[in-house]
Amino acid sequence: MSAKWMSVAEVKQQIKESSAEEVTAGYLETIEKSKINGYVTVSGRALEKAKKIDSEGHEGPLSGVPIAIKDNISVKGLPNSCGSRMLENYVPPFNAHVIEKLIEAGAVILGKTNMDEFAMGSSTESSYFGPALNPWDLERVPGGSSGGSAAVVAAGEAPFALGSDTGGSVRCPAAFCGVVGLKPTYGAVSRYGAVAYANSLEQIGPLANNVSDIAVLMDVIAGHDARDSTSVPEAKPDYQAALKDDIKGLKIGVPAEYFGEGINPEVGKAVWDAIHRCEDLGASWEEVSMPHTKYALASYYIIAMSEASSNLARFDGTRYGFRKEAENWHALISKTRAEGFGDEVKRRILIGTYALSAGYHDKYYLKALKVRTLVKQDFEKALSKVDVLMAPTMPNPAFKLGEKIEDPLALYLSDVNTVPINLAGVPSISVPCGFTKGLPVGLQIIGKPFDEPTLLRTAYTFEQNTDYHSKRPPEVV
Amino acid sequence: MITKEDVEHIGWLARIEISEQEKAEYMEKLNSVLDYFGQLDEVSTEDVPPTYHVIDLHDVFREDVAKESLSQEEVLANTEHTQEGAFRVPKIG
Repeated sequence: MSAKWMSVAEVKQQIKESSAEEVTAGYLETIEKSKINGYVTVSGRALEKAKKIDSEGHEGPLSGVPIAIKDNISVKGLPNSCGSRMLENYVPPFNAHVIEKLIEAGAVILGKTNMDEFAMGSSTESSYFGPALNPWDLERVPGGSSGGSAAVVAAGEAPFALGSDTGGSVRCPAAFCGVVGLKPTYGAVSRYGAVAYANSLEQIGPLANNVSDIAVLMDVIAGHDARDSTSVPEAKPDYQAALKDDIKGLKIGVPAEYFGEGINPEVGKAVWDAIHRCEDLGASWEEVSMPHTKYALASYYIIAMSEASSNLARFDGTRYGFRKEAENWHALISKTRAEGFGDEVKRRILIGTYALSAGYHDKYYLKALKVRTLVKQDFEKALSKVDVLMAPTMPNPAFKLGEKIEDPLALYLSDVNTVPINLAGVPSISVPCGFTKGLPVGLQIIGKPFDEPTLLRTAYTFEQNTDYHSKRPPEVV
Repeated sequence: MITKEDVEHIGWLARIEISEQEKAEYMEKLNSVLDYFGQLDEVSTEDVPPTYHVIDLHDVFREDVAKESLSQEEVLANTEHTQEGAFRVPKIG
């Protein structure tokens, strides 16, 4: 039996009817036939783990349920390459907090998924292991940086997956691959064991074929962890309890700035149709203004690159990872980093280093942090009047492989609607809301800090009353 | 505008060796990104405080008690370059 496109509830039913071993074997069989380069490592222990759950029994919310993990989240004993030559052979000696939680819950880790190198990109093309492909059109990118996670979920090679979102890295591939992806509120999910790119911006987030499975996963991975000092100590909500088909009275804000020039008209139309569908379901909408949106992209990239230049300083060829021998310490580090990192990673480290250097710190870094305050205030103001905001996740559908990779700025511009959310730290979910020329379009629903329940309820209601999420890519059927 | 010399200097600060050929390429691509960043000059940020991170948590401490950590063997497992239980690197200068 080869397994495909099951919801978590269906997977659990299947385990009851057959076994965890059979379900995992089914997914492994599907993965073996893959055409999308979504996994960089398939776990050799998955089947053994599933068998153990069958033989010893396990009472957990995910007993025997398979999952795929982005290759920047540490799983003890499995390579954690971050899509980079630098960490090609690095095997973490510990589990990330979210992995501990998944193991406790009984999940079976299928493998590690392809990604842009160190999560820097929106296409998965900067991966050292070659690009992951979009299951809807194998000549197009799956988005990024969690492109592998989104692609394997869309192709039925895992029921759900974890990704990470620094400036859209869960939502962009979710939109491009026609799946659901959530970036939780900053501080809701522990980042312990996730390799840092820009720590003031990023969160680990779930990707799935439906909103319910996102809630199932959040119930497992969210919550306080003392090992991440930015993990909030407040009690976590019951995410699955939020799954109600009811948005009567919901107030939606529509920021005109997110529908500006550069938005594909068919994408804009699909999103407006979705907003009107919500209106039919009892919600109301009004336009809201977020005047600093146009400056969010520059602010985001300065902050992200500056943080990256500091975070990635640890890759020096000494304790783990790639190493290029040289006559002295400085040369060893410089040569190791020159050969171990790819072009985009080096560009970001160099720009970040410049933005933090003496004489330029105030002009770039400090200025970006001040603009970040203004962007955050835009959200606070807008979300004081409405319950959620709705906008396109990405201004365009998935682009062709090779189309933007040579022009960094063009690639950065595609993140225009996702990065402001990370600057403000608010939660945001991308759900499928239509198609343009056979390619999926994502509706982005943005909420107040820690109000994931309202986001999930809105997304769930939309999903219950539409059928975009049940469409499957033709190439891999 | 950053110059070739700037690229060399940044490369040294970041400890990334840059070849002669790469210098010109980095200069062009870095300048196009920095030009784009220049648009922030339009925004008035007088009296606006910076946001380093978005949540209201400061000085998160734990009790200063020893906990179990990774074994020396686990810590050294990801490199071949060890000597007497330590990481081995070439001399500094």
